Amino acid sequence: MKPSHKKVDYQTGLFLGPYYLLFLIFIVIPVIIAVGLSFTYFNAIEFPRFIGLKNYVNLLTQDAVFMQYVVPNTLKFAIIVGPGGYLLSFFMAWLLAQIPHKPRTLLALILYSPSMTAGVAMSVLWTVIFSGDEAGYLNNLLLQLSVVTEPIQFLQSPEHLMNIMILVTLWSSMGVGFLAMLSGILNINSEIYEAAYIDGIKNRLQEIIYVTVPSMRPQMLFGAVMAIVSTFQAGAIGVQLSGANPTPQYAGQLMVNHIEDYGFIRYEMGYAACISVFLLGIVYLFSKVVNNLFADKD
Amino acid sequence: MSSFQGTKINPKKFHRSQLKFYAILIPMAIFMGLPIVYIANHAFKPLNELFAYPPRFFVERPTLLNFQNLFASVNVGGTPMSRYLFNSLVVSATVVFLTVIISTMAGYALSKKPFKFKQVMFEVNTLALMFVPIAVTIPRYLVIQNLQLLNTFWVHILPALALPVGLFLVKQFIDQLPNELVEAAVMDGASDWQIYKKIILPLIKPAIATISILAFQSTWNNVEISDVYINNEDLKTFAFYMTTLTSTTGNTIAGTGMSAAASLLMFIPNLVIFIFMQKQVMDTMAHSGIK
Repeated sequence: MKPSHKKVDYQTGLFLGPYYLLFLIFIVIPVIIAVGLSFTYFNAIEFPRFIGLKNYVNLLTQDAVFMQYVVPNTLKFAIIVGPGGYLLSFFMAWLLAQIPHKPRTLLALILYSPSMTAGVAMSVLWTVIFSGDEAGYLNNLLLQLSVVTEPIQFLQSPEHLMNIMILVTLWSSMGVGFLAMLSGILNINSEIYEAAYIDGIKNRLQEIIYVTVPSMRPQMLFGAVMAIVSTFQAGAIGVQLSGANPTPQYAGQLMVNHIEDYGFIRYEMGYAACISVFLLGIVYLFSKVVNNLFADKD
Repeated sequence: MSSFQGTKINPKKFHRSQLKFYAILIPMAIFMGLPIVYIANHAFKPLNELFAYPPRFFVERPTLLNFQNLFASVNVGGTPMSRYLFNSLVVSATVVFLTVIISTMAGYALSKKPFKFKQVMFEVNTLALMFVPIAVTIPRYLVIQNLQLLNTFWVHILPALALPVGLFLVKQFIDQLPNELVEAAVMDGASDWQIYKKIILPLIKPAIATISILAFQSTWNNVEISDVYINNEDLKTFAFYMTTLTSTTGNTIAGTGMSAAASLLMFIPNLVIFIFMQKQVMDTMAHSGIK
């Protein structure tokens, strides 16, 4: 009954063609160029000059800012925001699945809404809330409660910037991954639960571990991937909040900002490409871990 | 076994045992929702309330002045605000429509059609998912320049169509559909196009709704394309215009009101499209019985 695998089906090609052509042009080729550029000195004016591994060597041995601030910041940010946002999304999705349709729809909408205000709209909002003078909402509140005696420069101070970045990013972390997980949970056949109870599971925790998570693996994996990507993409937030790249004393400097700093501010595009490739490597490592976690064990 | 009734996911009606879930969900929703409420209030504040000390959360005497100023505003080069808004609407609608078509087509082939390198093609897509787009900005510029797409409307649309997340999601969903469904249709003599249109598309509405939201948001909120690839003000989008409000006129009094109004205007279409699509996601997922 199986159709022949050998025959090149031109119809399959038609179905795949449009997507993969655009994919090739706008993703694969730029990635290849980035890898290529990472071995060159390129200032965007002269033709790229091949310099071997020099960019990589410099990145790992000469770039004090990178090692001292960017790597630790990125790790701290990624570890809290990535798994943190992911677990929060799953937990919220699971809670929502326990209540009836109408309140669920409303609450899901509210939880999801922060992720819609991505980018520019958000920086306006948060800069007002965390504004460094007494007219800032948080400062005003703290002053009224006499927690502080003078306004704190939240967005300009190295101690606070990173925490605010983490808070803001977690706030907007219930994105599409969250929606997919919610759909996934609701989509599990209730007979599977019944069968599991007959087999002897006793409480909701066991239910999550033995039924819910294994039954919605595609959505769990999707959610994890979204968490990783949005975590590493969220780098712009520090620059948006503090209004400067580099961020004050590099407190909020993440790898993405470092790429921008070199690529668009210093025009050292070969070096920027090298950081990009490095970043790609790290994200790839994360993805390996996630894939192993959710790989089909059947 | 007596507790079974209470552990059912997706209950039909309210029960006292659900209160504990509300006890976590409602405070969380308030925390998450406050900033949105703030945006909505801020946009309608008259000048003296925008700069009131101490700052007030809620608007007291709402006015449409900020919106009037925003709609009447004109870029330094003479491009009216409505042009940016129009561009954003056209670009976003086009991207959503085309993304849905090409991702579902490719998703169907990847999931249900046998062919060589199928696994590899999907894995390459999954790998691309991990790439942080900002990292490819420079090489992308070189590609777009060589294709002569700089300063055209196409630069908003074409790169946005290669949405690895979209294909990934669609393929994951189509994988859940039983192969027998497609095999039975093949036996009945249905062509690929018929299977795609008559069987696959109706069954993957949730996935379509989700990727529509995704495509819309990434396009509607996108500032980078207008910023990097386009010099002609008439082709730039509203999200970009908004950044010019906050960065160049951010300190002036009119700018604050206008950018508050613009924030809300940026947010509303996201909200509307989501409310519309979310019903699809929720309803279809709960009742369609996809295996």
